[in-house]
Amino acid sequence: MEEKTKIEIKDVSKVFGKNPKKALGLLEEGLSKADILEKTGNNVGLYKLNFEIKDGEIFVIMGLSGSGKSTLLRCINRLIEPTVGEILIDGSDVVKMKSETLRELRRNKLGMVFQNFGLIPHRSVLDNVAYGLEVRGIDKEERYKKAIEAIENVGLKGHENSSISELSGGMQQRVGLARALATDPDILLMDEAFSALDPLIRSEMQDELLALQDRMQKTIVFVSHDLDEALKLGDRILLMNEGKAVQIGTAEEILTEPADDYVAKFVAGVDRSKVLVAEAVMKRPDPVISINSTLKVAVQLMRKHGISSIYVVDRNKILKGFVTIDEAIEGMKAGKTIDDVMKKDSETTSPDTPLNELIPIIESTSPVAVVDERKKLLGVVVRGSVLGALAMEE
Amino acid sequence: MAQALEIPKIPLGDGAEKVVELIEQNLGFLLDIFTTIMNILISGIRDVLFFLPPVLFIIVVAAISYLISRRDLKLAVGVAVALTLIESMRLWALTMQTLSLVLAAALVALVIAIPIGILAAKSETLYQIIRPMLDFMQTMPSFVYLIPAVIFFGLGNVPGLVATTVFAMPPPIRLTVLGIKHVPKELKEVGDAFGSTPMQKLIKIELPSALPSIMAGVNQCIMLSLSMVVIAAMIGAPGLGYQVLAAIQRIDIGSGFEAGLGIVIIAIILDRLTQSLTPEK
Repeated sequence: MEEKTKIEIKDVSKVFGKNPKKALGLLEEGLSKADILEKTGNNVGLYKLNFEIKDGEIFVIMGLSGSGKSTLLRCINRLIEPTVGEILIDGSDVVKMKSETLRELRRNKLGMVFQNFGLIPHRSVLDNVAYGLEVRGIDKEERYKKAIEAIENVGLKGHENSSISELSGGMQQRVGLARALATDPDILLMDEAFSALDPLIRSEMQDELLALQDRMQKTIVFVSHDLDEALKLGDRILLMNEGKAVQIGTAEEILTEPADDYVAKFVAGVDRSKVLVAEAVMKRPDPVISINSTLKVAVQLMRKHGISSIYVVDRNKILKGFVTIDEAIEGMKAGKTIDDVMKKDSETTSPDTPLNELIPIIESTSPVAVVDERKKLLGVVVRGSVLGALAMEE
Repeated sequence: MAQALEIPKIPLGDGAEKVVELIEQNLGFLLDIFTTIMNILISGIRDVLFFLPPVLFIIVVAAISYLISRRDLKLAVGVAVALTLIESMRLWALTMQTLSLVLAAALVALVIAIPIGILAAKSETLYQIIRPMLDFMQTMPSFVYLIPAVIFFGLGNVPGLVATTVFAMPPPIRLTVLGIKHVPKELKEVGDAFGSTPMQKLIKIELPSALPSIMAGVNQCIMLSLSMVVIAAMIGAPGLGYQVLAAIQRIDIGSGFEAGLGIVIIAIILDRLTQSLTPEK
């Protein structure tokens, strides 16, 4: 993946109220949000945020309600004006933009999906999806063509002329997503996009978003209060509390190295088996034996390391199979080669398989080889390391 | 002693008189132009209403009500029967005169009220300024408007129209403000987030979304116009109201009842028709 920076947030703060500068001054002095609200009547929404969002990543802003996550999202397209700070999208500062330039940016680069879908009730599905193109002044024929493409893209083909009230919640949010995609923006801003849906539909939509993202490679900024959702979707996650950034990192970093007690408490309830993947718990495949070696070497290696089987690889570390110690000894006596006695049906898994899918496999067979698409051996997962990771102190 | 405690009279009434006098003396030519335009409007509408003979008119109106009410046959039949009753009472001409004045007054009122409502919904300051004015316009007894109307515009249709317009404006202003202010915040954000200009946002999102409320204002405006048009008969506005007034003076129960019934019939028809124009939420 490209590591180009798409959005840069620099020293962004937002204070709601009549005297934001004074409130910011008090913040510098170290007063808490509650004290400032009581003293000045100003409400601190965001405080000194600094981070970057990379091109093509799903960046999840996560926190409880009131943590400022939706405010932060709205600062990116300036539905809310930050009090101070810079927000650079592709290097240009959104905060300083004139309304004309800002409008162009919103029309061409930014799509937004809303918590309660934000569909225009008097318009059909098609006209809702075409809205962004319509305000751009694109003629009817072309905008309908693009809108229909977007509708098909989210799996709503055939519903173009339905009215919004005929659709279920999940379908309505697909319309919301299609509307945001219809203008082919670089950046998708998603504000609690799936929070209003029931759990099954939500999970389905998350999968669909991930599938869409595989095809489209947008930069997605996703706001959520649901940690499971954040961990599932986010390439990286920003955890917020009281308008401040608490931790930024990948799902695993947040789970395994919480920055402070707040994060640790936050992640305590997470079902780790859904988040941790094979890659995180696998061990180096050591030792392995080359397919061109002899059974005698294989037996020696197994004895030396006290193991009962060994993986067989070729020169490029491509997994070929495995040999158990009993068969190796028998084969050695009969003068056979590794190729003759090795079992080729070794159990394998990909590095991004979550542990909850790995557990049933590892119950019956251990170890399991972790291989990439070309069957290159990356590591091994044994029962003990999976259980160990799940049982880790939280 | 009693005299010392007396609060001096502030000459507010004199002041109002002075203002009216000043306007009349200095802006007479503007008032004349206005009178002419309004007369053209009223007589234009009247000519349209008189264009068809009653029977055809009844059929056309019944057909229109059938269509705009999404094929409500009961309404269409009711409208036809009610209009036939008016014709059979020999009140057709008077009814059309009343109707033309009502429609003209409501039209003028709406043309002014809806834009003001939109602006007031966007600007809290403007809303704070016009709110007491609206209260004033609504609670001041409607007869009082008749006095300056007569001074400025003489007797007849136009002062009736002006007094009616003033009286009928507040509800559509209020309901337009209400409708636009109650457009869900998220929908407004949708407008902005996709890069709409303020005008695009207003026309494509806010107005359609506020339409039920605005249409309720239109309905109220027409109803109030009708009630005021009857009162405007006191300053010579022709029509059913004048008939009622004459019946009072002559204590002619029969004629008064018939004219009154005619007004009720128009009121019900106008109410049902504007209501069926209102989109369902």
